[in-house]
Parts: sequence; C-alpha cells; structure tokens
Amino acid sequence: MIDWAHAWPSVLASFLASVVEFVEALTIILAVGTVRGWRPALIGAGIGFLLLTVSVILFGPLLQRVPLASLQIVAGVLLLFFGMRWLRKAILRSAGVLKMHDEEAIYEEEVEELAQGAKPKKGRLDMVAVATTFKAVVIEGLEVVFIVIATGAVGHMIVPASIGAAAAGLVVILLGLAIHKPLSRVPENTLKFVVGLLLSSFGVFWLGEGLGFPWPGEDISLLVILMAFIAVSWSGVGLARAARRLA
Amino acid sequence: MKVLTGIMQELWGLFVEDGSYAVAIAVWLAIVGFGLSRLSLDSLKGPILFCGLAIVLLENVRRSAIKKNG
Repeated sequence: MIDWAHAWPSVLASFLASVVEFVEALTIILAVGTVRGWRPALIGAGIGFLLLTVSVILFGPLLQRVPLASLQIVAGVLLLFFGMRWLRKAILRSAGVLKMHDEEAIYEEEVEELAQGAKPKKGRLDMVAVATTFKAVVIEGLEVVFIVIATGAVGHMIVPASIGAAAAGLVVILLGLAIHKPLSRVPENTLKFVVGLLLSSFGVFWLGEGLGFPWPGEDISLLVILMAFIAVSWSGVGLARAARRLA
Repeated sequence: MKVLTGIMQELWGLFVEDGSYAVAIAVWLAIVGFGLSRLSLDSLKGPILFCGLAIVLLENVRRSAIKKNG
C-alpha cells in the first residue's frame, strides 16, 4: 500500500529531475528532426525508448529480490555521486565560475554539427540521425530510470516516482509539440540546483538507513538534511565567489 | 560500436565528472561504511556522514573556483 502523504518527496524529485532530462533529449530530437528529417529522428528515438522499456520490464522485477538494506546502501551511494555532481556544478554556475547551461546554444551547436555531417544516399535511412536520437533517448532515459529507481525503490515509492517521471515526460512532449523549439525558458539551472539538493538529501538519508544509523525524527530528518544541504550550498556559492575574487 | 562507447562514456560521466571530487566522496563513504558504523555514536552517525560530505563539497567548490581563475 502506498502512503501518499509521504510520497511527495519521491514524486517531486522524480518530476523535477525528469523534466531536466526530457528537455535535454527533446533539444537533440528537435535539432535532428529539423536538420536531417523527422522520420530518422523519430525512428532513433523510438528504438531507444523501446530498448529502455524492455530493459525496465526485464530487470525491474529483480529489484524486489534485493534485500532492503543492500538496496538502501546502493541507492544511497549512487544518489550521492549523482546528486552531489549536480550540486557542485549548480554551485559553480551560480557563483559564475562555470557558464550557465543554455539549451538554445546547445540546439544551435547540434544543428550546425548535423548540417555538416555526411548526408545519406537517396532512399536510404539516415543512420547518423537515427544514432544521434537513439543515443540521446537512451542516455537521458537511463538517467530518468535511475532517478525513478533511486528515489522510489526504497519504501514502496516506485509508483509515485514513476508517476512523477511520466508527468514530466508528458509536460515536456506536449510543450515540445506546441512550440517546436528547444525549451529554453525552462529554468534548467535552477531546476538542476533543486534536483541536486533533493537527490543528495535522499542519498544521505538512504545510505544512513541502509547502514543502520538511527535518524532522529525518522522521516522528518530528510527535510532537515535538505535544509542543511541548502545552507551548505548557499555557503558554497559565497565561498566560490570569494575564492574567485582572491585568485 | 561508436554509439555504444559513447553511451558508456556518458553513463560514467553521470557519476564522475571531477575525478578528485568523486574519489573524495568515495573515500569518505568508505570511512563511514567501514569505520563509523562500528563505533557506538548512534544518533551522531547520520550528522557525521552529512558533515563529511559537506566538507568535501565546499573544499572542491573552493578549489575549482581558484583553479578556474588561476
């Protein structure tokens, strides 16, 4: 039975992280479709989606056989590597050390690269286009699958986390169909900051649970960890700005 | 093959971007996993896990900012 009152962190983390991944995949599919044609772009994306779906159906049920503590430790460690990488990048971007992520610029770059690539012979399928969208969908899709598993595998939250990811996919696809342009207005840098904070907090919480650390206040401590990460990240932005000035 | 290699590289990149940062996180998690778990600090273990990660993050951010400007 799903405890929906406690499901919101999984739904939120999964939704926000998936929005970022879907936006990145959409940018590449739009670039390929515009420059090399929609047929190969959608074939590549379709094959990638099919491969991901089959993998989830085949390997998903295996998760139920993993003992809870082991699952918490593995999910916690992976979430920490994944989330803290996003958090570091978000802090450095906010401090002006790294350039902000620009979906419009990525789109232009991709369009230019694809336009210069060799064109297929008449009547033959454009394998460059197929491979490009296939790769984009598999990579971004695997990230979504990983996020859903990591935020939902523990505590029977797979369904809420999947709903969050599916809602994100639907929103991005509908927006993509409506505007036919990269979704540059999505505040991706802010989203990545929030997602980095959420995933890192989940990572600390699950790892602690898996190792048998008693969390004071139990589930409430997830919120406390999140607040602590916000405070640390805020200090990190200030520290990076100061270090930049002094260097 | 090139597509597969590209996918594998990207997957590795999901978790590891800055080598020293990833190593520092791994070392701290190993210390926590093998050392801290054996001590009888109970309610302090979680906060200690968090503090180590916070220090790793702040130190890396500081060094990255200096390196980028230096």
